Amino acid sequence: MEAGTLVEWLVKPGDRVKRGDVVAVVDTEKAAIEVEVFTDGVVEELLVPAGQRVPVGTVLALVGDGGAPTTHEARVSPVIRRLAEQLGVDLTTVTGTGPDGVISRADVERASSTTVGERARLRVSPLAAAEAQRLKVELATLTGSGPGGAITQSDVQRAAAAQGTPEAGAAAPTNVPSVPEVAPEVPQPTTPGTGRETSREQQLAMRRAIAQLMARSKREIPHYYLGTRIELSRSLAWLEAENRNRKAGERVLPAALLIKAVALAVHETPSMNGFWIDGEFRPGAGVHVGVAISLREGGLIAPCIHDVDGRSLDDLMIALHDLVQRARAGRLRSSEMSDPTITVSNMGDQGVETLFGVIYAPQVSLVGFGKILERPWAEGGLLGVRPTVHATLSADHRASDGHQGGLFLATIDRLLQRPEAL
Amino acid sequence: MNEDQARELVLEALRDVAPEIDSATIDPDVPFQEQLDLDSMDFLNYVSGVEEAAGIRIPEPDYPKVSSLAGCVAFVLAVVAARPERAR
Repeated sequence: MEAGTLVEWLVKPGDRVKRGDVVAVVDTEKAAIEVEVFTDGVVEELLVPAGQRVPVGTVLALVGDGGAPTTHEARVSPVIRRLAEQLGVDLTTVTGTGPDGVISRADVERASSTTVGERARLRVSPLAAAEAQRLKVELATLTGSGPGGAITQSDVQRAAAAQGTPEAGAAAPTNVPSVPEVAPEVPQPTTPGTGRETSREQQLAMRRAIAQLMARSKREIPHYYLGTRIELSRSLAWLEAENRNRKAGERVLPAALLIKAVALAVHETPSMNGFWIDGEFRPGAGVHVGVAISLREGGLIAPCIHDVDGRSLDDLMIALHDLVQRARAGRLRSSEMSDPTITVSNMGDQGVETLFGVIYAPQVSLVGFGKILERPWAEGGLLGVRPTVHATLSADHRASDGHQGGLFLATIDRLLQRPEAL
Repeated sequence: MNEDQARELVLEALRDVAPEIDSATIDPDVPFQEQLDLDSMDFLNYVSGVEEAAGIRIPEPDYPKVSSLAGCVAFVLAVVAARPERAR
């Protein structure tokens, strides 16, 4: 995805916002994405009017603390400063969530994973942003010459002079760090979204977006593939007993067990959970499992459920219901598109026995589950018929080796033999 | 509840999960999963919709019975008919 159209502002200047609030709706190739603000503060200025199409990474609004400009450097302990240096996080881009806005370890780690999520951000002064809007220069296409790569007013003026008339095509987003005041940003989903319309044009746009994403994955990621057959009689018997006295709307699907098992297995093999960025593995901050959801009009999207490892199965089912429904209605949130640290694809419903997944770059692994099938199963010298599922792992060989991948699948198997602990 | 009412109730639950379906083209004797693009979450939501609308419970072991239009209509009618008169 290279560009999006700002459909609607849900806040106005002067509004106080909290981290995670939905502040705007942006239309991408096919999905409407609800843009969440990633910092607490007061909306100072909306820079992009509704209806305008802008490249990924464009600054949408300025959010301040409602008072004097913040001095971030003063609110960091030496330990956290060192951590930030190690992780390559620019502290001026981090907003503290601790008491009095102090930057905590979690803030830095989150900022690190954000960089990792390849969300293009811009460092730009309000003056330059205003100038860019006046001269119809797309900020995301500029390279800043100011301090820390900041885009200055003269950068904008030079670009305006160079382009003569505004270019129609959106250039690839530039990865320049931002200052915290430039929240929120246009999200960059890992896949395009669902349609509220089904026009041929939008179908084509989604196909192109999927093509781009998958081509990048196969071009850049040296995949390796492992598979194992997992016996599910304990899991399914436990689930059946759990579901027996529930209304259908409150029942737990086998898919929830599988997703939870993957999320917990990550604790033992952390090299499966995270990103490959700039020649190194960066662990995910949290276990945010992307769930591949096929859309009714065709196409595919893999938004995440956050912190799956800490959720109960009931909670996970509620989140899954909600996510599938919103994915199909085309109302996903920006964090759901940008945060997945690992993806699970369940093709069992299509009757497929085995799937060999393509990793969503820059993630490093994808776990696939096929159809749950009854199979002859030998155990303890006896042959019986048991429900089984074929679990596969596609992993990035730059980030891990087959040995770790094998342990990971074995852990998933072991966890599914004790469903009551999931 | 008569058969037409039961059929309408089942189709309504189906339309809620798959708005694009044309009810006229549904083969009443073929499982939905074989003629419509339904995944397990869709099917669960469909079962839930029938449960709510008919005021009945459909246990998991009965899923095969309610997975076609004719099967589900028959199931709903049978369960409703088996209830005490005042609960119908």
